[in-house]
Amino acid sequence: MGMPASEIEALIKASLPDAQITIEDLAGDNDHFAATVISEAFRGIPRVRQHQIVYAALQGRMGGELHALALQTSAPE
Amino acid sequence: MDNPVFAEIQTHIDSAPVMLFMKGTPMFPQCGFSARVVQILKHTNIPFKSVNVLEDPEIRDGIKEFSNWPTIPQLYVKGEFIGGCDIVTEMYQTGELQTLLSDKGVSHDAAA
Repeated sequence: MGMPASEIEALIKASLPDAQITIEDLAGDNDHFAATVISEAFRGIPRVRQHQIVYAALQGRMGGELHALALQTSAPE
Repeated sequence: MDNPVFAEIQTHIDSAPVMLFMKGTPMFPQCGFSARVVQILKHTNIPFKSVNVLEDPEIRDGIKEFSNWPTIPQLYVKGEFIGGCDIVTEMYQTGELQTLLSDKGVSHDAAA
């Protein structure tokens, strides 16, 4: 189970090239991550939509091989 | 409404102003993320109903497609999908959750 943080970052980058991404492996097990994603794409849209964009970038892995990804999204200040 | 389970999910959502789809029950949550949302709802004195998706595999799978959201828990207020654990936690911390409930006329502790 699980996937390396670098793979998560690469998938998000592929969909959101401008994104500033910070990923923390919370338990050191490649399965419990916390990610902060900052992108212009999020400006002015509700949080649910912002997270859906990130989940879409992960192409179905969220809730499957990727069990726990705590997500925080925002547009650049 | 192409999936027959969607109608059942909608009936659940319509049955209470605040509906939580979760793993386990409010008394015995079976996942840390579900537990956290229950804790927030209880702490804010928000009356809510819940559906234990572990007891119904069709709802468990169907709701992910229903809301285009890959994980459980999922919180609905007055029929609107609010989010999962991260969003509910963030909204609680910023006070947005309490504002949303007031706007939608759901009773709760404003001070919590």
